[in-house]
Amino acid sequence: MSDATQDSVVITHDVGLHARPSVALTKLAKTFPSKIEIAATADGPWIDAKSIVKVMAMKAKQHSTLHIRAAGDGAAQAVAAIKQLVIDDFAGA
Amino acid sequence: MSGNVGIVIVSHSPDVAKGAADMVKQMVGDGVPLAWCGGDPGGGIGTSVENIMAAIDRAWSDRGVAILFDLGGAETNSQMAVEMLPPEKQAKIVICNAPVVEGAVIAATEAWGGSSLEDVKRTAEELSPQ
Repeated sequence: MSDATQDSVVITHDVGLHARPSVALTKLAKTFPSKIEIAATADGPWIDAKSIVKVMAMKAKQHSTLHIRAAGDGAAQAVAAIKQLVIDDFAGA
Repeated sequence: MSGNVGIVIVSHSPDVAKGAADMVKQMVGDGVPLAWCGGDPGGGIGTSVENIMAAIDRAWSDRGVAILFDLGGAETNSQMAVEMLPPEKQAKIVICNAPVVEGAVIAATEAWGGSSLEDVKRTAEELSPQ
């Protein structure tokens, strides 16, 4: 897909991708029409960023790298927005 | 806010129900219709069909309402509350078999993006022991 995009970011939030950050990430992902997936390694497994249960079950820890990829409408914006959410320590969530 | 499925939290304890609702409000925000009830009418531990019906009304959405409950009596009283409502409303209510606190947060998160009642129920129930 020509508008597919991928990026990665280190999680700095002190508890990692736990309940509140997971909810924030899922909510943000749901605002984009694109298919958005996240993974703990670039090789996957890739999980649906719009699935709160799967995102929470990932239990990504502080200092771990979160890989983000998206495809379809708004893919680049979606990846950038999610990366920024992680950089901002899930602030405002 | 009728664009999103509503969430009703039913616990034997008003403190648990209110606490779970507070978590939903803090984590998910105000975008999802939300109501809670807990305790029997005498102020003790228990649940009340009447209070559950009132909570369903407060959280009502045309998209439907998902009920999360804690233990046995909360489920049977929730079923009774649903059965006492008009059939057209009954068709838009589901009772989720999920842990009440985690289920409420998960269900509300799923509901927030405009997911269908069936998707909200399925997502909450994905949480059940794996």
